[in-house]
Amino acid sequence: MSFITKPKVSWSGQKKNALGMTLNDYEGGLSTLCAGCGHDSITAALVQAFWELALKPEQVIKLSGIGCSSKTPAYFLSGAHGFNSVHGRMPSVATGAQAARRDLIAVGISGDGDSLSIGFGQFAHAIRRNLNVLYIIENNGVYGLTKGQFSASADPGSSNKKGAKNLNQAINPVAIAITLGGSFAARSFSGDKQQLVPLLKAGLMHPGCAVIDVISPCVTFNDHVGSTKSYAWTRDHLHASSAADFVPPATEIIVDYAAGETTNVELHDGSTIRLKKLDPEFDPSSRSRTLEYLEARRADNEIVTGLLYIDAEMPSFHDIAGTAQQPLTTFDFDQLNPGAEALQQLQKNMR
Amino acid sequence: MTTARSASKINNFVIKIATVNGTGSASANGLLMKALFRMGIPVTGKNMFPSNIQGLPTWYEIRASKDGYNARTGRIDVMIAMNAQTYRKDLAEVSPGGYLIYDSTWPREQQLQRQDVTVLGLPLAQLVNDNFAGARVRTLMKNIAYVGALCALMNIDRATVRKLLEETFAAKPKLAASNLQAIALGYDYASAHFDCPLPVQAQAMTATAGKVLIDGNTAAALGCLYAGATVGAWYPITPSTSLMDAFQGYCERYRKDPHSGENRFCIIQAEDELSAIGMAVGAGWAGARAFTPTSGPGISLMSEFIGFAYYTEIPIVLFDIQRVGPSTGMPTRTQQCDLMMAAYASHGDTRHPVLLPADPGECFTLAVQAFDLAERLQTPVFVLSDLDIGMNDWMVDELVWDDHYRPDRGKVLNDEDLADMDKFYRFMDSDGDGIAYRTLPGSDRKGSYFVRGSGHNQYGGYTEDATEYQQVVDRLTDKWQTACKLVPQAITHSSGSPNSIGVIAFGSSHGATTEAVERLSAEGCEVDYLRLRAFPFGAEVQAFLDQHQSVFVVEQNRDAQMRSLLLLELHVQQDKLIPILHYNGLPIPSDLISDRIKTHLQSEAVA
Ligand SMILES: Cc1ncc(C[n+]2csc(CCOP(=O)(O)OP(=O)(O)O)c2C)c(N)n1
Ligand code: SF4
Ligand SMILES: [Mg+2]
Repeated sequence: MSFITKPKVSWSGQKKNALGMTLNDYEGGLSTLCAGCGHDSITAALVQAFWELALKPEQVIKLSGIGCSSKTPAYFLSGAHGFNSVHGRMPSVATGAQAARRDLIAVGISGDGDSLSIGFGQFAHAIRRNLNVLYIIENNGVYGLTKGQFSASADPGSSNKKGAKNLNQAINPVAIAITLGGSFAARSFSGDKQQLVPLLKAGLMHPGCAVIDVISPCVTFNDHVGSTKSYAWTRDHLHASSAADFVPPATEIIVDYAAGETTNVELHDGSTIRLKKLDPEFDPSSRSRTLEYLEARRADNEIVTGLLYIDAEMPSFHDIAGTAQQPLTTFDFDQLNPGAEALQQLQKNMR
Repeated sequence: MTTARSASKINNFVIKIATVNGTGSASANGLLMKALFRMGIPVTGKNMFPSNIQGLPTWYEIRASKDGYNARTGRIDVMIAMNAQTYRKDLAEVSPGGYLIYDSTWPREQQLQRQDVTVLGLPLAQLVNDNFAGARVRTLMKNIAYVGALCALMNIDRATVRKLLEETFAAKPKLAASNLQAIALGYDYASAHFDCPLPVQAQAMTATAGKVLIDGNTAAALGCLYAGATVGAWYPITPSTSLMDAFQGYCERYRKDPHSGENRFCIIQAEDELSAIGMAVGAGWAGARAFTPTSGPGISLMSEFIGFAYYTEIPIVLFDIQRVGPSTGMPTRTQQCDLMMAAYASHGDTRHPVLLPADPGECFTLAVQAFDLAERLQTPVFVLSDLDIGMNDWMVDELVWDDHYRPDRGKVLNDEDLADMDKFYRFMDSDGDGIAYRTLPGSDRKGSYFVRGSGHNQYGGYTEDATEYQQVVDRLTDKWQTACKLVPQAITHSSGSPNSIGVIAFGSSHGATTEAVERLSAEGCEVDYLRLRAFPFGAEVQAFLDQHQSVFVVEQNRDAQMRSLLLLELHVQQDKLIPILHYNGLPIPSDLISDRIKTHLQSEAVA
């Protein structure tokens, strides 16, 4: 369970960052997710990103909604204040916290259910406000925590564990982010640390809403089976057993492929997805070009990964709100309270 | 109608103005009311407006009461019937012996006559059309012209009206001149054609010294400003919108850095109420004084987060400016119908302190207190106002501020405190008052903890352990006991003589109840009156129930919610509490309360 603190093994010779802190110093409680869950890989990448950036844990706030993905803020950065909110409402809490403490770096973790269904409105409005937050969607195409229902990102034609087909269109969070005028949209894969860590770092430093859609296979319920994808024996095996209490032991899926390349990734159920890493030459400054490109690749069943769109100049939530540079919580009471005299004055026109 | 009630009509009358919304009558009505106020006569205005922007009937009631009563009564002394659409109904409403003033430019149905009402026709449109050009100006000036007529008919001081207009249009002298011209048109016509003033009239007195005219939403906004609230999140909804509008206005004025122009506040118009409260919760967690103003439908949407904030112990302040429910109901009419919902909002075992301001003055003071309580108790606190208080102008004592006030930020540990501690446990009750210490985001990593709405133990860790879970929720009931001692106490007005009859009321029913109680007393029927100012109830409420044989509970909802709450939370026999209910959307009239009490007592005496 998430309150179990991980034994912090330190040995001399562990690498230290600019603050003299080791990777372990950025970890959190022991994960309670299924072994091999993509979400855990993202947690590890986050730990790496924070360590590399040499951020103080107390400079960070980590927030989430509800879901397996949303549990993960308990598993990194135990020195930072964390907030597991209600289902789909992470963005609003992050907005309020940012309003109060603009000096803190906010990282919001959500799931595809959390952000693309119940919390779709809040997701959209965080983007629209260009809220200063790194917004990670740990996207597995299912509701993991409620045991495998389709999420709104499930591809049309894919089937779930019970064999039922999803016939609805999939919501593509990066396309949404770009269309809504987002200032930062990226996609990656949980097991691609090479790509994910730099993207997370870029997102943490981005002055606005950085949306990163991370494809994150669910070991237990995800079954992205399409026409091109194969069925493995594990699938039949799962059918035979009780889905509720048997989770096949699995290991993290790791990918390693170069920019500009495509790679096929075999998921735990034996199905495959095809990732296409953006070319180093790809220019992420044009919304229309990116959208066109995403669409073209999708037609070829390729999921494009990388930094798809960025505009670091776009006014952020704080620029728009005109919030003081000094965090609102740090003003003296006298700087907030106009005093007795002013109250008397302002009531003059009330008689 | 007893003679005692309608004795003298000097500084003791109700004017009702029937117009069409969107025609600018609000400023004429405000002018009229302020003129009476400046003459030193206690006055209140009640706006009965439609949920519509233009073209529907709207009414405004002004009560002048030398005794300072501010409630509606069952009486209309002077009706200004400017809306042909509602003429029939408006005429029917005038009290016997009263007056009806209408625009005689167009003839009215002759068969609509009442022998007991004096009808005075003034060709207002004609007068205005002859003197002003442009449809818009004419519409506006017609309203000002009836104010002029009333100056003559009701002895309202013209110099005062002139001064008010000059103040209002200080920057636009041309407008001041045309308004004054319109006043003269009405005034001169009335003086020339009628025997002025009527017996229903104003006479200067000095009962408004030290008073102001203010609506509850403005006062609550000032409370937020003075309490040091920095984050406000909201989604527009009548009748709460003007609270945030006022807060925004005051922040622009008092919270901008004089040099950089930076805002020492952050107001966020959310995408819905689910988000508005999430923002308040996030800000409250991060250490800001944060609030969200809304009305019943908003509270319904916010319920999940309210329970979350209760269980995770995050301070926020909610203003519920109640309107008529259920569902969309009548958005521009008033009720006290969200009491039950506020008290127990959200799933699971939840309870929340609810403060019950009775007038705009208390909207100010209780708003400040709400922030102190929220942070002291680390929990959501409601301020339950309503449309009547929130959007109508009330005469109250001038708001005063004590510059010695310092906010009670509750039990917050800073980095020095943390340095002195072995270990920090978020949900441990070390003082025995049910309130644990918290740390704020950004504080030393030793004080970091993880907020979760799922089961947690006193150390702040996740738990599904029966004992650990229960320990935390049991502590929350200890905290509730502390809340009972901290919330504002009920105020008892004892009749002085040993008495078996009690009356309980709260919020906007207070004015009407006070008048009813005093009226009963004048008629020889003494009752004791307890005004509730908060939930949970203090020991004084139990004592009041114990001390009386029958207790009338006055409230503005259908289902007697306060009565139910008293029955649920205190020890009292069900039939001891006699409901007096009013829920048609108009503010409760004082006659209704005194009549019901009398009828009840008479029927008891007979039985
Ligand atoms: C108001 C509300 N409705 C339903 C739920 C049940 N619920 C918990 S998690 C979840 C779906 C989570 O899916 P996702 O965000 O994709 O997270 P994953 O578990 O897949 O990482 C649902 C429906 C809830 N917690 N709250
Ligand atoms: S159910 Fe799926 S998403 Fe949830 S922890 Fe297991 S593998 Fe991860
Ligand atoms: Mg999911």
